[in-house]
Amino acid sequence: MILNVSGLAPSELEYRLRQTGIVLQTGSFITHLQTSIPGVAECISLLYADYPLLEQTDFADFHVSLAQPGNLRRWFRPQVLFLFDGSPPFKPLPLDQAFPMLEWGLNWCVSSQANRYLIIHAAVIEKGRYAAILPAPPGSGKSTLCAALVNRGWRLLSDELALIRVSDGKLIPLPRPVSLKNQSIDIIQNYEPGAVFSRKVNDTMKGTVAHMKAPADSITRATETAQAGWVIFPKYQAGASALLETLPRSRAFMRIADNAFNYSLLGVRGFEAMAGVIDASLCYDFTYSNLDDAIETFAALKPPISPM
Amino acid sequence: MISPPLILRVLRQPDALASLSLADWDLVVRQARYSNLLAHLHALLEERGLIEQVPPQPREHLESSHFIAERHIQSVQWEVILIRKALAKIGVPVILLKGAAYVMAKLPSARGRLFSDIDIMVPKDSLNEVEAALMLHGWAATHHDAYDQRYYRNWMHELPPMQHINRSTVIDVHHAILPETAYIHPDPEKLRAAARTLDGFDDLKVFAPIDMVLHSAAHLFHEAELDNGLRDLVDIASLLRHFSNLPSFWTELVDRAKELELTRPLFYALRYCALILHTPIPADTMRAAEVGRPSLPMLTLMNGLYTRALMPIHPSCSDRLTGVARRMLFVRANWLRMPPLMLARHLFHKAFLSPKDE
Repeated sequence: MILNVSGLAPSELEYRLRQTGIVLQTGSFITHLQTSIPGVAECISLLYADYPLLEQTDFADFHVSLAQPGNLRRWFRPQVLFLFDGSPPFKPLPLDQAFPMLEWGLNWCVSSQANRYLIIHAAVIEKGRYAAILPAPPGSGKSTLCAALVNRGWRLLSDELALIRVSDGKLIPLPRPVSLKNQSIDIIQNYEPGAVFSRKVNDTMKGTVAHMKAPADSITRATETAQAGWVIFPKYQAGASALLETLPRSRAFMRIADNAFNYSLLGVRGFEAMAGVIDASLCYDFTYSNLDDAIETFAALKPPISPM
Repeated sequence: MISPPLILRVLRQPDALASLSLADWDLVVRQARYSNLLAHLHALLEERGLIEQVPPQPREHLESSHFIAERHIQSVQWEVILIRKALAKIGVPVILLKGAAYVMAKLPSARGRLFSDIDIMVPKDSLNEVEAALMLHGWAATHHDAYDQRYYRNWMHELPPMQHINRSTVIDVHHAILPETAYIHPDPEKLRAAARTLDGFDDLKVFAPIDMVLHSAAHLFHEAELDNGLRDLVDIASLLRHFSNLPSFWTELVDRAKELELTRPLFYALRYCALILHTPIPADTMRAAEVGRPSLPMLTLMNGLYTRALMPIHPSCSDRLTGVARRMLFVRANWLRMPPLMLARHLFHKAFLSPKDE
């Protein structure tokens, strides 16, 4: 029987995190996580409650921990380090940012190690077997839109990383907490009062951040792949009415490649995977300001005509 | 150490990779990742047709790193073409060193190897011309501090590393294989005279097989660049295996080391390839290499240091002396690099006068 994180009492979770660490399954990745930083266990029991907790596992994809650097600063300005198998890939952050750092670190693990996938900086959501890929630079409202959509019936594959399996072009889910920043946090909290949020953390490098729990259904279906259906470049523009404009495939290709982490690293494999996704998808530019209008536009999306 | 790290067991006996448990794989993947040998393991498995037998989870990681290694080889080939183009007009003989040489000479050591920069060697009197030509084609100096410039130009065996402004690739231009200030001076002229023209490129050369082995030995056991210690040892071992079929390789190896003043690094290289990786080395060569053997107390000390420092930098392969061993070897490498007074001056400058980059 598979136990979920919610099956552990908070004190037990904290104890295990401190002692042996826990083994979490997020999508197809298995992470061994160890930490004794106060507060992290709380965030995990809140946002990862529905994730499978592997009691016995021989193999983990990533061995990570959060720890406090052992220098003098710990007494007056404590910090936190993200450790990947014992070594820090990044500089430490203020201790208060431990949980956001864990989230960023876990994204880094995937984006730097999982080169069997073409990885694009994009949100991915699915409905009716087809996935919509929302590639976008920070500030375009991608995460806000994604958070709204997954609260209105779309399945969350990822709010940050589109993973396209090089061998068959399928999109691999990685449903993890959705990262929201600054005004987006209040907007989504008002939009969906039932959504579960971690507490706000101020003054991070991205401003104020909070994480929203992924919908339970997305977590249950975390190993169910999807077929690319739409590539949509969202852009939040104050006061604009929702506008979906067709984008030539060639333009879409270049723009999505700009948002890829390992496109050039994968060489011809990357090109072929990307071309496969673009060929199978309808491509659009999407400008919006009102979330309800955006939801309506997405609900009206026509599935691509299958090439078969 | 009681039992050798798992990664050593599979490097010694690659066939053992087929029968690892999932828990073993967990450890091997981590040790190999830290030693930059993950793609090398993939190459070993592929050569033996064993890759299909690896369980899917570790295979993800092996293939991920195989993709990176393939890309690195492609980039090295492309970069070499651009370097040739940049240097075409000067007409100096260019010798590719280390990784770039393995790739272009299609040696097995190139498979599954990751690269950070490209090393070339040119005659000392053409350094200025080569530097100017590279700058014209977009490579720029990286060390702007006046002291660093002087350090490289007066004392070292290479120019300060140059980085391409568009591609960010780095080239190290050498005129010798060890610093000018070091105790031993492998004569670059002798190395150049023996260098072989690369198949298909009349303007590019690589070191003769024996010199390639001696150079990588000097790099690891004289310069003590230990960040990739185990990987570099694996390189040497794979060169030894590959060249062992050449008719006079084993008989001439030690004589050539004498000629190039590299008997000590060769002794260490053969010793630790045999000890750590179980590389087969003929007894006669091993005996002849004893000319480079240090005194017993020295050897005992070095043994303690190298058997630790050549392990993967992973918690599962370290004991409480590992850190000390690495630091001592770093100090030793600097000691061998320049005379004591010069070293004192250099360290003083680096500690108190050089600008700090936070």
